[in-house]
Amino acid sequence: MAEYKTEPLKCWQKAKELRLKYYKDYQNARSKGGIRWTGGAWSFDAIPAGLGRDVYNITGEPYAASLAFAKRLSMGCLEAAEAKGWARDLCSYMRNYWGSMYLRKYAFGGEYPDPDFCFQDHICCSHGKWYQHVAEHKKVPYFCIDVSVGPYRDLDENRLMFVVNQMHESVEWLEKTTGRKYQDELLIEAVENEVRSTSVWAEICCLNMAKPAPLDEKSMYSLYVHGTLAKHAKEVADFYEELRDEVKYRVDNHIAAVPGEKCRLMSDTQPPWGFLKIFRYLENFGAISVGSLYTFGLIGVWETKPDGTWGPRTTPMQRGERITSRDQALRILADWNLSKPEWQHFYDPNLKTEMMLQIVKQWRVDGVMLHLNRGCEGLSCGIMENRLGIAKAGVPVMTFEGNMGDEREFDEKRVTARIDSFMETLGVEMTEKTAGTA
Amino acid sequence: MFAKFFDWYENRHDYAREWLAKNDGKVIGCFCSYSPEELIYAAGLLPVRVLGSHEPQDVTEPHIFSMFCPFCRDVLAQGLKGRYDYMKGIMLTQSCLHLRQTFTSWRNHIPADYSFYLYMPNKVQTEHARSYYSGELTKVRMSLEEWTGRTITDKLLQEAAELCNENRRLMREVYDLRKEPDPPLTGLEAMVMVASSFFVDKKDHNAELRRILPELRSRRLDRETGGRLMIVGSENDDTKFVKMVESIGSTVVVDDHCTGSRYFWNLTQFTGDIMQDIADRYIDRPPCPTKDWEERRRFPHILNLAKEFNVAGVILIQQKFCDPHECDMVPLKELLNSNGYPTLFLEFDVTVPAGQLRIRVEAFLEMLGVEELF
Repeated sequence: MAEYKTEPLKCWQKAKELRLKYYKDYQNARSKGGIRWTGGAWSFDAIPAGLGRDVYNITGEPYAASLAFAKRLSMGCLEAAEAKGWARDLCSYMRNYWGSMYLRKYAFGGEYPDPDFCFQDHICCSHGKWYQHVAEHKKVPYFCIDVSVGPYRDLDENRLMFVVNQMHESVEWLEKTTGRKYQDELLIEAVENEVRSTSVWAEICCLNMAKPAPLDEKSMYSLYVHGTLAKHAKEVADFYEELRDEVKYRVDNHIAAVPGEKCRLMSDTQPPWGFLKIFRYLENFGAISVGSLYTFGLIGVWETKPDGTWGPRTTPMQRGERITSRDQALRILADWNLSKPEWQHFYDPNLKTEMMLQIVKQWRVDGVMLHLNRGCEGLSCGIMENRLGIAKAGVPVMTFEGNMGDEREFDEKRVTARIDSFMETLGVEMTEKTAGTA
Repeated sequence: MFAKFFDWYENRHDYAREWLAKNDGKVIGCFCSYSPEELIYAAGLLPVRVLGSHEPQDVTEPHIFSMFCPFCRDVLAQGLKGRYDYMKGIMLTQSCLHLRQTFTSWRNHIPADYSFYLYMPNKVQTEHARSYYSGELTKVRMSLEEWTGRTITDKLLQEAAELCNENRRLMREVYDLRKEPDPPLTGLEAMVMVASSFFVDKKDHNAELRRILPELRSRRLDRETGGRLMIVGSENDDTKFVKMVESIGSTVVVDDHCTGSRYFWNLTQFTGDIMQDIADRYIDRPPCPTKDWEERRRFPHILNLAKEFNVAGVILIQQKFCDPHECDMVPLKELLNSNGYPTLFLEFDVTVPAGQLRIRVEAFLEMLGVEELF
C-alpha cells in the first residue's frame, strides 16, 4: 500500500484562534460600546456590517454545533428545550441554541450574551421561526429576509428584486432599530470580502481533487466554519487566501491528509458533531472523505466553467466590476447568495443529485455516505431521492441515520457496522496495523 | 343533510372521473391550501387537493426520509399507488419542506403531462410580497395557458375569483351557524364539507351549500352539544377522530386547520387589478405557521375564533414531525391557557390510537366540566 507523507496544517492554530476570537468579540462587544446581533449562518451578515466596525454577530448553527460537540453541555441544553415543551424532532441546532439561551450558559465560558437584535434569512421551515422565538424570549427586535425564490437557474428580475427589496427594507430597519446612520462604504467593503471569502473557499475545495487529498473532511469542518461565522469579514477572507496557499503547497508537494489514502469518499449533510471519530474510523480502511456538497457548498459559491467543470464563482472584482452604491452592493449580495449550491436542493432534489455526481466525477470519489440527519430537515430535504439518483448513476452509496446535534439519535456501533459493510462492498479492507481495533 | 358532502369525500375519485367525462377539461393535483384555484378554474381545469387515505403504507420509504411528516408521505403514497391516475398535472404552491418533497417525488416517479412549482413567498408580512407574488402568479397564468391552449382572460379570472369567493362566503355562513348555543351541524359534518370542497367543482359545491343552508338554519340536532371545542393544528381530515370526540359529550364548533377554516376564511377583494387582487387574498389569509413570522399574526386570529365561537377548550392537533406547527405549539398553548382556554395536546400520525386518544379526550372533557360522560 502506498504511504504518502503527511504533516499538520501550519495555519491550524490560527484557525482555532480566529474562531475563538469571533466568539469572544461577540461576548465582549458591549463593554466596548459595540452592537451584538444573532442570526443564522446563511444570514446576510454583510448588511449589519454597515452599522459600524464595532458590530459583532453570533450565528446559530455553528454555535449549536460547538454545543453539540460538548456533549454534557449539549444534553443540558436539549433537556432545557424539552422542558419548555418543544418537540424532540425539531432542528437540533435550534434546540441546542434555545437551551443555551434558557440556561444562560455560553459554550465559550460565562453567561449567554444577549443579542441587541436578530437578523435572519429564511429558506427552511425552521429559519424564520428560530429567531422569532429568540426575539420574543429576549424581547429584542427581529428582521428576517425571505430568500425562497427558487433555484438560481430560474432566477429572474422579479425573484431577485423580491430579495433585494427586502434587503433595502432591512437597512432602513437597522437604522431605525439601532439609531445609527448606515454606512454604505462599510457595506460595500463587507460584500467584497464576502464574495472573496466564499469564492476562495471554493478554490480550496478544488485543491482537494488532488490525489492524495491535502485535506480530509473532518479537518475541513474546522476550516469552513469561518465562512459560517463571518463570511463578510476581512480577516476571514484573508485567512482563506492564506489557507489556499498552504493547501496548494501541500498539493504541489504531495502532502496527504491521510497517508494511507486508497479510497475516496464523500459525505452529505452536517455530520453528527458528537461523533466525528467516525471519520477517523474510516482512515482504518485507508478511506478519506474528501468533502461533500455540504462542506463545499454551504458557504462556498461556485459556477459551471466553460468546459463543464465546477469551479469557484468569478467575483465581481475579478470581472473588473467596481461596487459603488448600496443598491449595486445589495444586488450583488443577493445574486451571489442565491447561487449558493446548498440553496438549490430546497426546490428540487435532482439539482442536488446533479451537483453530487459532479463532485463524484471531478473529485474522483469511490463511494458516497449519506447522513440521514434527523436533526436538520433542511439539508435532509429530498435526501432519499438523492440516494436513488446516485445509485442509478452506478455510484456506490450507503446511508446511516443520526443527528448532527442530538447524540441520543446516533448509534455508533450500528453506524460503524454499516461502514464495515460498505467498505467490504467497495473492496477495501482494514489495514493490518489497525485491524481488530475498532 | 350532509350526505352529498360525505359521498364526495368518500368517493372523490369517482367524482373526478365523472367530472372528466362531463367536462372538456383536465384535473390538476394540488398539495396545499395555498394553491391559487382561481387561475386553475379560469384555465378550465379542476383543482383537486391530494389528501392522504389514513391507511398504513410501505411505498414511500425509498422517497421521503421517515423524519418528515406522515401526511406528506401518505399523500405521496396515493400517487405511487396509482389512485390519481386520472390526474394529468400537478402544482405545488410553496409552503413547507414536507409537502415539497411529495411534489418533487411525485414529479420524479408518477407520470404527469404538466407540473408547476409556484414560488409563493414565505414572508407574507413584507409589502414587497404583494407585487412579487402577483408576478409569480402571472407565470402560472402563462404556463397554464400554454398547457391548456386556452387564453386566460381577466374576465375568466374575475368569474373564477367570484366562484371561489362564493364558496368561501357560503362556508363562512355555515360556520357562523356553529356560533349558536346548539350548533345545527356537527364538527364532523363541517370537516367533511370543507374537505370535499378541495376536490369538488366549486359550482357543484356551491349549489349543494345553497341547497342545504335554508334547512340548516332551522335544523335541530338530536344530540346534546356538550363541551364546545376548537381544534387547532396541522392538516387534519381525521374524521374518525372527530366522530369519536363528538360521541363522548362534545361538539367541535370551530377549527384552525388548512383543511378547515384557514382555507376559506378571507375573500378576494376586487380593486380592478384581478391578478393583484388574487395575490393579495393569499398573502392576507390566515397564515400557515411556516409563513407566520416575524410577527405572530396567526395567534390573535385563533384567539378571536375561540372567543367568537365561545369555546370551552381547545384540542391542539400536531401532525408528527410537522416542524412549522411544532414551532407554534408551545407559545400557542401558553397564549390559550393564559386567556382561559384549557388545551389538550395530541400528536397525530397517519392512523391514530383511537382508544388511547378517547381516554385522553374524556379526561379533558371531564376537566372542562362536561357532565354527559356520566
